[in-house]
Amino acid sequence: MSELTIKNTGQMISTETIDGDIATLNLGPTHPATHGIFQNILKVDGERILSAEPTIGYIHRAFEKLAERRPYNQITPITDRLNYCSSPINNIGWHLTVEKLAGIEVPKRVDYMRVIVMELARIADHLVCNSVIGVDTGALTGFTYMFQEREKIYELYEEICGARLTTNLGRIGGFERDFSPTFHTKLNKFLAEFPDNFEEFDRLLTRNRIFMDRVIGAGPITAERALEYSFSGPNLRAAGVDYDVRVMNPYCSYQDFDFDIPVGKDGDTYDRFVVRQEEIRQSLRIIRQALDKMPAGDFHANVPEFYLPPKEEVYRSMESLIYHFKIVMGETAIPAGEVYYSVEGGNGELGYYLVSDGGRTPYRLHFRRPCFIYYQAYPEMIIDSVLSDAILTMSSMNVIAGELDA
Amino acid sequence: MDNQQLLAHIAALTGSEPNAVEDTYGMLNVHLETSSLLRVVEGLKTKHQFIYLTDICASHYPDRVGAEFEVIYHLHNLVANQRVRLKVALPEAQLSLPTLTGLYAGANWMERETFDFYGVIFEGHPDLRRILNMDDMDYHPLRKQYALEDETRTDKNDTFFGR
Repeated sequence: MSELTIKNTGQMISTETIDGDIATLNLGPTHPATHGIFQNILKVDGERILSAEPTIGYIHRAFEKLAERRPYNQITPITDRLNYCSSPINNIGWHLTVEKLAGIEVPKRVDYMRVIVMELARIADHLVCNSVIGVDTGALTGFTYMFQEREKIYELYEEICGARLTTNLGRIGGFERDFSPTFHTKLNKFLAEFPDNFEEFDRLLTRNRIFMDRVIGAGPITAERALEYSFSGPNLRAAGVDYDVRVMNPYCSYQDFDFDIPVGKDGDTYDRFVVRQEEIRQSLRIIRQALDKMPAGDFHANVPEFYLPPKEEVYRSMESLIYHFKIVMGETAIPAGEVYYSVEGGNGELGYYLVSDGGRTPYRLHFRRPCFIYYQAYPEMIIDSVLSDAILTMSSMNVIAGELDA
Repeated sequence: MDNQQLLAHIAALTGSEPNAVEDTYGMLNVHLETSSLLRVVEGLKTKHQFIYLTDICASHYPDRVGAEFEVIYHLHNLVANQRVRLKVALPEAQLSLPTLTGLYAGANWMERETFDFYGVIFEGHPDLRRILNMDDMDYHPLRKQYALEDETRTDKNDTFFGR
């Protein structure tokens, strides 16, 4: 019997063994089942996990340090690479933070446009997570169906901003261009076709006996522990706490829309799956309402100090040239102050703590990344379960390497 | 509970009038002494329902002599939906303060991250190691004395725009 010595994780080791042989298993850093670069050093007794020690930071890119040297509008592409499954939410969250610091009021239309984009991003994010749970249980079919739908959402991003994955979408003050007629056509087509395809996917898994037997009870966490660990987003709601930033601290006029916050009970893989499924339906509801009630108006705020003028104007008028130069060179004046602003990202409360000293770049920018905060509960959630449940727990927590490591 | 009431509660916990300001955006900023941090956070959590630790991070102000570092805590009262920002200023010579891991399990990695990037020591932390950077790194990279780019480079001289 090998001796069990694991630094600093003493409380997680269960003493009982099945046949007395304890093996060390390196799960990752590169492993097909981890969907990203994470390492977990597991001590296993047969199939049963005795302790886990996660190591993270494999794709750390020093975003907080980079942000201290970049003008505000150049930080948007950095935020793309946090949770890259729902980049538009990160982009818009950052714009909202700067707008709050600079005191910019955006037209109502911008709010509604942002809501549509953010809810599309939430659908894409949840689709990836849920279809991958299916893959990890051995059901590849749903994944192939839902990735086709995700592709359509990426086509919609493409119509808005020209990019697909790392979108750099929108500008401080609004959008770079209005939604095009093609976008509306494609969005209406998506809204007409997606629900049927999605319900087909739902029928494949949600009440499927094999799937249910596989995921119910895998990786549970109680509401108390989830709050202790500062969980947020679908993972916290699956444990039964109805905390949603969209409702608690509405931004972008979320108070105008009628939608429900689904909550789970046991906080296990099945609850996380079902909560995400229901959130996709609610997101569709919000998009429909936003489309119906879309106010008239401009697609950006009238803030020449922050919002790039149209290119023709730059060639024609002196003021536009000056503003263009100031924005591109990052010479726009911004008030000193500090602000914490958060949005409901795909994985939970995505916060930006921004300190400005009035200079061209942030003095300090800290990203509150929901993944980073809840992934630390992972060892606790998988101790005493079997290895295959640990894989499921990880995919159902939706740990995204980019957001984890910043 | 508005910010005035909250401030009164914090004053009762510290036993003195804390130095607090409301920032321009409505969040209460309370500056605390290292010695009273644990007492205040525990009181806020157990008596005033600040059950949710939103975030821990630090910031470096090399010009503030004797208080070069600042550790910032964001707490959230999920029942009354109120947030508060607690700040502890620390001198570079004595960069240590008590850990919050006893109160919030989630403080573990947040404190490790703060240690990793700023070198702040959290007394009593169960596992204070680097988290995102490699273990044999011998400095704390978010401190302001470390430039993003190698300052000895001569091929990227951009005096006018401060790069």
